[in-house]
Amino acid sequence: MRVVLRTPEREERELKGPKKVREVLEELGIVPEGVIVARGEELLTLDDEVADDDTLEVISAVSGGAR
Amino acid sequence: MKCAVCGRKAAVEVRRQGRAFCPEHYLEWFEHQVARAIRRHRMLEKDDRVLVAVSGGKDSIALWEVLRRLGYDTTGLHIQLGIDDYSKRALEATRRFAEERGLPLIVVDLKEAYRLSIPELAELTRRRACSVCGLTKRYVMNRVAVEEGFDAVATGHNLDDEASVLLGNVLHWQTDALVRQGPVLPAKEKLAKRVKPLYLLTEREILAYTLLRRLPYQHEECPFAVGAKSLLYKEALNKLETAMPGTKQTFLEQYLKKIEPVLQKGLSAEEVALKECERCGYPTTGEVCAFCKTWDHAYRWAKRKGQIPGELRFEAEPRLTFIPEGKRGGDARPAPAQEPAG
Repeated sequence: MRVVLRTPEREERELKGPKKVREVLEELGIVPEGVIVARGEELLTLDDEVADDDTLEVISAVSGGAR
Repeated sequence: MKCAVCGRKAAVEVRRQGRAFCPEHYLEWFEHQVARAIRRHRMLEKDDRVLVAVSGGKDSIALWEVLRRLGYDTTGLHIQLGIDDYSKRALEATRRFAEERGLPLIVVDLKEAYRLSIPELAELTRRRACSVCGLTKRYVMNRVAVEEGFDAVATGHNLDDEASVLLGNVLHWQTDALVRQGPVLPAKEKLAKRVKPLYLLTEREILAYTLLRRLPYQHEECPFAVGAKSLLYKEALNKLETAMPGTKQTFLEQYLKKIEPVLQKGLSAEEVALKECERCGYPTTGEVCAFCKTWDHAYRWAKRKGQIPGELRFEAEPRLTFIPEGKRGGDARPAPAQEPAG
């Protein structure tokens, strides 16, 4: 599967499926609390299973600097 | 995973509450959380005029959307920081949101108002950009709110912001900063009330709301935020949160409930009276406020370097650009309507 990372720089990775979203993040070393995972316009939970031919987007929720 | 309300497939999990929601019920839950925080802390009255500080990022855009949906009379305030294309894209996202919903927007362009951008201010004063940016934004927000007669300034501070600031302040035992942590800072003479309606919602929850509502927002991170300590604190807290859901909320809420009142009481004897800044007339503990001091300092160096004319004196009054409500599309130029403040 194709995983597009926006954390926040754009990067692409290829992973083997099927697997759970939780496992995808583990494999990428990403802390789940800091991101949202989407398949197209559908938001996914950690227990959702994604297929080998899916394209996922991992979007960072964390922002820093002067608040 | 099923929606806690209707049993359909869940889209967003709120681990700290052990629940998940489908898109429709997530949006409902989110807006209810904001309304509840506003009520619980008496942040806003129903007929208040609210100035919403809008950077164009997900938090402030989500905040403006929720306040609008809850029926508050809102006006956006966007401060153009002059950080190259990043700032231009921030204004674009903010304008698009306001125009699509017919909401009024006030823009303060720092370079136009004060002749220097945030990167220039940081360089001239040899201070971190985040430090001078935060100081300038707080001053401008307050001054616009006071002079334009708003009842409160609402900011998009979220649970991660608040918990990471708390962690930073605790690690360094910054007692003076610790007592200013609450979700409501009450109004004082020439100090507008400041409220943080999203203070119990995580960044992840806010991002989910922004995506599900399809709100236009600026995705990219400020170039100056790279390496900011706040990001390190947030990462550490997110690791704890993943292992122990609810950690961030408990850390902040229990601090506000149990420790802050004790600190307030203990430190009240040390409280310094506020007086008027000799330069701008706004509240300060010293003779000249930190904002005027910082910009005066920058002006001295800018004159030496020939960046601004030698006779120019720093004037703290911001120049406002009003973008009237309902203005849609067509005009992508900077807003033409120029009106002085006050």
